[in-house]
Amino acid sequence: MAHRGPRGPDPNGSLSGLLASREIVVVCGPGGVGKTTTAAAAAAVAAARLGGKVLVLTVDPARRLADALGLRGIGNRERRVPDSAFTDAGMKPMGELYAAMLDTKESWDALISHHAPDVRTREEILANPLYRNISGRFVQSHDYIAMERLFEIHAEGTYDLIVVDTPPTRNALDFLDAPERMADFFSSRLLRWLVVPYRSRIVNIASKPFYQVADRILGTQFLSDIAEFFILFQSMYEGFVERARSVQRLLADRRTSFIVVSTLEVVPLREGEFFARALADRQLHLGAIVLNKVLPGYLRDPMAATVAERLRDAAGQLADQLCPWMEGADVAQVERVLAEVGSSYLDYRVVAQREAEQQSELAGAPEAFVSVPYFDTDVYDLEGLFRLGARLWGD
Amino acid sequence: MIPLLDRRLLFVTGKGGVGKTTVAAALALFASEHGRRTLVCESDARGDIAAYFETGPTGFSARELLPDLWAMSMNTEASLREYLRLSLRIPVIGRIGPLAKAFDFVATAAPGVREVLIVGKFCYEVRERHYDLVVVDASATGHIVGQLSAPQTINELVKVGLIRSQTGWMLDILSDPARTGLVAVTTPEEMPVNETMELAARVKEETTVELASVVVNRVLPELFGRTEEEIFEQLCHKELTAELGRLAGGDARTVLEAARLAVTLRRTRAGHLERLRSGIDAKVPMLYLPFLFTRFHGLRTIRQVARSLGEELGF
Repeated sequence: MAHRGPRGPDPNGSLSGLLASREIVVVCGPGGVGKTTTAAAAAAVAAARLGGKVLVLTVDPARRLADALGLRGIGNRERRVPDSAFTDAGMKPMGELYAAMLDTKESWDALISHHAPDVRTREEILANPLYRNISGRFVQSHDYIAMERLFEIHAEGTYDLIVVDTPPTRNALDFLDAPERMADFFSSRLLRWLVVPYRSRIVNIASKPFYQVADRILGTQFLSDIAEFFILFQSMYEGFVERARSVQRLLADRRTSFIVVSTLEVVPLREGEFFARALADRQLHLGAIVLNKVLPGYLRDPMAATVAERLRDAAGQLADQLCPWMEGADVAQVERVLAEVGSSYLDYRVVAQREAEQQSELAGAPEAFVSVPYFDTDVYDLEGLFRLGARLWGD
Repeated sequence: MIPLLDRRLLFVTGKGGVGKTTVAAALALFASEHGRRTLVCESDARGDIAAYFETGPTGFSARELLPDLWAMSMNTEASLREYLRLSLRIPVIGRIGPLAKAFDFVATAAPGVREVLIVGKFCYEVRERHYDLVVVDASATGHIVGQLSAPQTINELVKVGLIRSQTGWMLDILSDPARTGLVAVTTPEEMPVNETMELAARVKEETTVELASVVVNRVLPELFGRTEEEIFEQLCHKELTAELGRLAGGDARTVLEAARLAVTLRRTRAGHLERLRSGIDAKVPMLYLPFLFTRFHGLRTIRQVARSLGEELGF
């Protein structure tokens, strides 16, 4: 249980327990909050301190991070991060760190190859213009394929721990519901309506209005293109639906846990909370909430605020008194610097106070609650990942 | 380049969390205050626009929020209904239930259909000249290219039929830089900057829409010039800090440490700003908006951002 004082949960928790006890950790949350970096750092610190084989499956890493993990241009394959990368960053790894990137198109093709009953069907599907559109552009297909790849890698049993970064979604829940939606889609009655007539040419009464409208909007040719695609796909329905259900089961399994990442900015936090609630509604395990880029607590120090106000309001007087102590300083410039230092503190204080207020109101009861301060620089190499990882570990 | 507010249709996009909705709302507010009858559209029904303007929920039918400022929320089902009524003259009363379900299904199977209905509605408002300017709080950068290229996609996939015949005039509007432009919102941080540069390249390659402007949101203030920074460094020396604290009536270390953090944060971002400027076509204007040290989001914030936008646009 989270420690909940009068000011909300203790923000100095650790992910160590979670990373040591689960086989899959899914990192999710709104876009732009450092999800990918957090996933990579969690995997790196787990590999360094726990031992065993740890894989981070990322979706869209920043270029420099991808470089650091050696992920540039390798597509779907998993690649081991060499021990030398750890020692260069001043770490002696207990285990092995692997990284892989998700290539949606390649994963879809692999999935088709896996499920297709014969070579001809496979080739026809891969060449179908609708399939190429769906696998490339169909937004939800990213969500589905991410979960599908996770299932496959987990089933192979190579890794002790898989940390998954989730794709940026329009709706934070899309990827959770993707397997279910895919199953629904393929077992839909409408799909049968769409496909059957082109085989038997019998349009039944129930599907007639649908055809009339669809025909007028889309044109018969397009409809028959769709139908052809689904007739090809039909040979694989069973496999797809079954697979989607298995993925769903794996997410709900107790070997899997979720980490929600957010910042304390208004919009991301609202989305993050929404996400935490959605996990609870689906009875999925919320292992931790990680808050990134949290402003330091000293910005809320009342004594410092008093000093800052003095600096801002009495800068001229203070500059006069200080100047004799300084080397070659112009009084007017010293005054400007003092006033600037004072107002800057008070500016940031407003933001820090708002954030603290929001943090204390955070809903949900994760096992751990970790807040990560602003780092001086962006995290883009293994050293940065370990620094972030150490914080996640609770050092 | 054609000035932003002289265009008729602006799509505002950006990575999640960079302030895309704030900028769309501020842009619309500013235009409406400068003689343009403006419609601001939310492309999903999340209600953010209504919240920012501190007003009741917006729907598919546009509602006047402030003088010359109208707002609506996209709803694909309502858009389909309107489309059927206008173009096909199909009375859909009472039949929209199963129809919506059927449509949903086709839209899932056939990429581009849903997007065409969304983009089509915005283009329709432009074609009918209901407003001087339509500002769309569009999809995030990950999806905007698919949305803007949907009419082409449909053109390639659908050989005949009504949908196809409808995409022609949409493409005319979207491809015309005098009428349509894309506004990319970003912040001076690593991932948003990367994504904006990738977006600029993809928009050029895969769509016919012109990138009209890049808005850099949350630019942190510069604390010191060079000589002032030297003075600051002197102040951080132990004895001087102690003296400052004695004069100011408290410990000055925390305040100085906070100033150093502010300088560092600003400096990290400056590097990303340079990268962005050199990575984007020099013809594309960049507008800079300051970080707001305010308590809450709402109409007051929108007004502040609108003022800054106005200054950047040279008003």
